[in-house]
Amino acid sequence: MQNSRVTKLVYALPYYLWILLFVALPIALIVYYSFFDIHGNLTLHNYEKFFTPVYLKLTLSSFWYAFLITIVSLTIAYPVAYLLTKTRNSQIWLLLIIAPSWINLLLKAYAFIGIFSTYGMANSFLETIGIGTKQILFTDFSFIFVSVYIFIPFMILPIFNALNELNPTFLEAAQDMGASKWTAFWRVIFPLTIDGVKSGCQVVFIPALSLFMLTRLIAGNRVITLGTAIEEHFLVTQDWGMGSTIAVFLIIIMFLFMIVTGSRNRKRGA
Amino acid sequence: MKDKINWPGRLFLIVIFAILYLPIFYLIFYSFNSGGKMYHFQGFTLEFYKELFQNTRLLIIVLNTLIVALLSALVSTIIGVMGALAIHQMRKKSKNSVLGLNNVLIVSPDVIIGASFLILFTTAGLKLGFYSVLLSHIAFSIPIVVLMVLPKLGEMSPSLIDAARDLGASPWGVLSKVTLPFIAPGILAGFFMALTYSLDDFAVTFFVTGNGFSTLSVEIYSMARQGVSLTINALSAVLFLVTMLVVAAYYAVAGRKKIRVGGRK
Repeated sequence: MQNSRVTKLVYALPYYLWILLFVALPIALIVYYSFFDIHGNLTLHNYEKFFTPVYLKLTLSSFWYAFLITIVSLTIAYPVAYLLTKTRNSQIWLLLIIAPSWINLLLKAYAFIGIFSTYGMANSFLETIGIGTKQILFTDFSFIFVSVYIFIPFMILPIFNALNELNPTFLEAAQDMGASKWTAFWRVIFPLTIDGVKSGCQVVFIPALSLFMLTRLIAGNRVITLGTAIEEHFLVTQDWGMGSTIAVFLIIIMFLFMIVTGSRNRKRGA
Repeated sequence: MKDKINWPGRLFLIVIFAILYLPIFYLIFYSFNSGGKMYHFQGFTLEFYKELFQNTRLLIIVLNTLIVALLSALVSTIIGVMGALAIHQMRKKSKNSVLGLNNVLIVSPDVIIGASFLILFTTAGLKLGFYSVLLSHIAFSIPIVVLMVLPKLGEMSPSLIDAARDLGASPWGVLSKVTLPFIAPGILAGFFMALTYSLDDFAVTFFVTGNGFSTLSVEIYSMARQGVSLTINALSAVLFLVTMLVVAAYYAVAGRKKIRVGGRK
């Protein structure tokens, strides 16, 4: 018995090594580096700097954009998921929704440079309907549009699954008791699929806080997110300490967000 | 009873589908534009495809990307399956804490993973390049494999293993003849997911790649920052075709079962 337990441990050794080296150690290193300034002196200066208006404003605007992206994604994704469950071959339609997410992210972002450019398709369309050419690329609108475009399949998927698991008798019961369509939706369907909505928000909000290539390609550096700031500090100014400090805050925000939206696991455990 | 959508709903879905596929077809359409721009279609040309296939640097990068994806998917599948087997045998409490650690890399933003791995490799004295990229891809693929394999292990009835033991199977025999074949669909799905994660990754690779080594995403990023070049369009057309073929092949192999299950409903 004792022997087989040892064998099992040896079996799983590569996995435990992975946890140690690539999960625990990197986080520890981020925290460690956040206490060093650009000259390698041990200091709390980075944390002081984080609480200056420059970085607080950055954090706030990063939140604001992530919030907008999540809300827009949700308002589009929920009806899409709902309508998909009503189609006959819903699994195939779902597959077709997911398929574009297999195309390289960078290529899709690049496509939008063409579509939103001065002579691109979006502007020809605006021209035809009489609005005239507008600057679309490098605006907040294009940034949010492309972000939503990229994240939306990840929002649709969990909501679709939640709606699909929903027992139709609940809805019938609500209708039998005289609930209108809207009441049935807000009082029955939506609360019962809230877990899907939460996990959808998780997979959109956190990555949206840390986007950096879209801010450069589509928003033309007008939008700076926490992710952009981290990338800038690590790869451009080489101020790893400050970059790590921002990363520490991003990790904390991430954990808080997981706790807020994470009732799902607790329920499962109960 | 199903398939009851009114026409506004239908229209809404059509618009969403159109928008989802628009950029991809837009890219492919203009890859044939002799005008050399992503607007004003002037005439049909295959010039950019010729350029693409003569660009040895880009072809080497494509090859690099594929090698990294295949190797990292293979290694992460092996380690991930071992991890899933270990987690499966744990008591509930330790199971939850290991699973928590397992999921850290899934929920972490790419920028954090990239930055922390950059610190890790630099501290360890590893030169940035092929190995740092490969190691990172293995690292972020392992938790996905674990999550794909674990449910399959959960579905397996313990009596199946007891029966095999009673019939005199050795631990290795049980693993290779009973457990692994049973969880094979999960392993395949995990491998496939790891492959796609690796092929699609930009942010992590961007941090840990040195000057000499590049993957497709990183290359497209630097090309796109310099402006529009229709070679990228031609490349995207080729990639789109390959992706669709791979997906079709995957569903032909792994999806058959799923569709059957769906049909039973």
